[in-house]
Amino acid sequence: MTIAHDPLNIIISGVGGQGNILVSDLISRSFCKAGFFVSVGETYGATQRGGSVVSYIRLSLRHPYGPLIPVGNAHIIVGFEPLEVYRILREYGHHEVRVVMNDRPFYPLDALQKKSPYPPMDELLSHIRNLAKQVKVIKGTPLAREAGNTQAQNIVMLGAFVGLKWVPLEKERYLSALEETFSSTNLDINSKAFELGFLAASE
Amino acid sequence: MMASFSWNLDEPGKRCVLSGNEAAARGALEGGAQVVTSYPGSPSVQILECLAAVGHERKIYAQWSINEKVALEVAAAASFSGLRSLSVMKADGLNVALDFLTTLPLSGINAGLVLIVSDDPGAHSSVKEEETRYLAPPAHVPLLEPANPEESRDMVTWAFEISEKAGLPFMVRMVTRICHARGNVSLGALKITRQQPHFPVQARFVTAGRFHPRSHERLEGLQQDFERSAFNHYMGPEKPTLTIFTSGVSYWYAVEAVESLGVENSVGIFKIGTLWPVPEKTVLDVLKRSRRVLFFEEIEPFLEEQTMILAAQYWVDVGPVAFLGKRSGDVPWIMKTRGMGEMDPDITTQALAKALGIDFQPRPASLKEKLEGLPELELPLRLLILCAGCPHRASYWAIKTALAMDGRDGFALGDIGCYALGVLPTGYQTIRTLHSMGSGAGLASGFGKLQEMGLNQPIVAVIGDSTFYHAGIPALINARVSGARYLCIILDNGTTAMTGHQPHPGSGITAMGDPVLTLPIPEIVRGLGIPLTIRDPYEIHETTNTILDLLRKKELHVLLLQRECALTAGRGKAKPHVYVNPEICLGDACGCSRFCTRVFSCPANIFDEEAGKAKIDETLCTGCGVCAALCPQGAIIIEEERAENDNRS
Repeated sequence: MTIAHDPLNIIISGVGGQGNILVSDLISRSFCKAGFFVSVGETYGATQRGGSVVSYIRLSLRHPYGPLIPVGNAHIIVGFEPLEVYRILREYGHHEVRVVMNDRPFYPLDALQKKSPYPPMDELLSHIRNLAKQVKVIKGTPLAREAGNTQAQNIVMLGAFVGLKWVPLEKERYLSALEETFSSTNLDINSKAFELGFLAASE
Repeated sequence: MMASFSWNLDEPGKRCVLSGNEAAARGALEGGAQVVTSYPGSPSVQILECLAAVGHERKIYAQWSINEKVALEVAAAASFSGLRSLSVMKADGLNVALDFLTTLPLSGINAGLVLIVSDDPGAHSSVKEEETRYLAPPAHVPLLEPANPEESRDMVTWAFEISEKAGLPFMVRMVTRICHARGNVSLGALKITRQQPHFPVQARFVTAGRFHPRSHERLEGLQQDFERSAFNHYMGPEKPTLTIFTSGVSYWYAVEAVESLGVENSVGIFKIGTLWPVPEKTVLDVLKRSRRVLFFEEIEPFLEEQTMILAAQYWVDVGPVAFLGKRSGDVPWIMKTRGMGEMDPDITTQALAKALGIDFQPRPASLKEKLEGLPELELPLRLLILCAGCPHRASYWAIKTALAMDGRDGFALGDIGCYALGVLPTGYQTIRTLHSMGSGAGLASGFGKLQEMGLNQPIVAVIGDSTFYHAGIPALINARVSGARYLCIILDNGTTAMTGHQPHPGSGITAMGDPVLTLPIPEIVRGLGIPLTIRDPYEIHETTNTILDLLRKKELHVLLLQRECALTAGRGKAKPHVYVNPEICLGDACGCSRFCTRVFSCPANIFDEEAGKAKIDETLCTGCGVCAALCPQGAIIIEEERAENDNRS
């Protein structure tokens, strides 16, 4: 197997409570089984408290890397929240970065208090499109609700990331990581969320 | 986060992905630890959680101790009795344990005793960036520093053995970017020990000044092992034009810098893992390879200074060397969100490029132009906030309101934990001092005494429930016996919430999940002879009025505000349905200045700009109903019981 860049750098960006770490864990375990060196860094200081969360995933066939991605070097961004996607994209986006993102905003306190408004969504999206080689917007939250729980938007987004086939790893590897992680009702909901995301990627 | 238990598998040779914390726990399993103790602290909190989760299966005793000093003492008792033991704490916690730690090399130990200390460069989940490596020399404690999860496992495993051999406790210093990082680890063999504890009849573990020489002898005895250690290695040309000296996670950033600049043929990298006592011969040999040395390390220039001391001592042999690092300014301190002690591959690459005179641009010109050409878009910051439904929000609202109503310039003192967010807008900036565990209560016992000298302001100290047990009780005793008067408000959410809901002495459950007697806070407070009032912060008006009454009483008083953490309370349970009745909400015509979203500011309170009315984000809302009690128009309605499935693993 080959990858377009080595190391291949993926960032998952979101907000505390959205389930970043679970997704980076599923991706990194899947690639480890496929024989890759994986390094994952997580920035999640006090994340349950509404801060932004960033997971840095680095995949290589040559040697291990450190847990942080250099600026301008993220090849793929999986975004759970539009404002955070743009923040990360500006700093870390590679000149050929691809973005798959949920477009549901999670308003920071500053925006709710009108100290600093949340940027208009169309403007935000046009800025994101301007900086990325490819952008796929996924209605992650409604799809997660359809799967049975709005919190499963992270797994919808994982499904979409896999469905876009930007990295060459078979769907089955992620599914088996999902099965290792969840059981019973939660497995049903998350498998459905994964499938809905996977399908949405090709629409 | 424990998504899988692969670190516990009995499958030597299996390659898995482990976090640094899981890998360190694995090191304890492969090193034969039988007793593990800790007090919860980020970023290393999961190490004990991992071992406690398999404690019964692996015959390990794991304990959340009352504080870090007692944690280390419990671990030392095991060591004295012949059991290998591990104690884990964050940098701040080491300060609490330091008094005991400094005595251990004097008294000596028996079975291997490993202390994992986690520093937090960048202060991601700490109030400060404390560097613990400097504490190793005065404590006479040997120090190891791993560079990634796999090496964390390797070092912890080895530390048990060498600690036992040397008769000294060993310190393994981890950092956030290792604890919270994940990487490949090939599992080794488990060492399941069923050693029966026995205190050797003839043994004496006694501390005395006259044993000082013995500590030094023990440290000197380690030199050979450290010189030979595979944790230290040089990689690069025979005669490099520049050598990078590095330790910890910075090693990987150094490798990446050399790779990015393509200078493998001229730059060497010396990674040192056995940091102190310094393996002098090894360091001197590398030092002689080149005339220029560049240091990459977190947080303070410890390795840099240790190397410079050695170069000064052996200057005749070493000759002149240029030392480039944080001291010389060649490695910049970069202020990021919360701190300036963290390294990254950008800092190392830029510093190396500058040292070599290479012009390095992290982005191609086309991308740089594109970024500069984008119209400016104002992005709101995402400050930390208390969760939707957090009882602390209600408590802070009540405290802030009562202090304002009292009108005598009263002020509140706090400490660390979720409720430290009381210094931020989310807690209405109610807290006016923030230092260390229990310091609000301790400072208050000082302010409370100043009243006799003319301080004329009411004093409130807030302290969390876990912190109350950890460090609050001595402060209250001090106030009680000295006659200091203040209102101590214990914010009791039933758990150690900030670090991920670990039990404490009031929880009735141990780290290993066994039921245990509880030591309720009211019993302790009453035992101290301090008057006590108990309220539910969700009863917001009653709580506010109670605080106001207590402020006017001018006595030492404890107010216990009890309400379970909204994160644990909500799990899998039905919640009341809270919504805004648009017929009643007047929107901007109300004159409340959007009270719920802009003033009370729970993240579940949002504003529907199109309708011009307030709204509840039902995904986030926990149904606490505090906003409903505060809405001046009474537009927020509470309806009981609506369940949603829970997708947590």
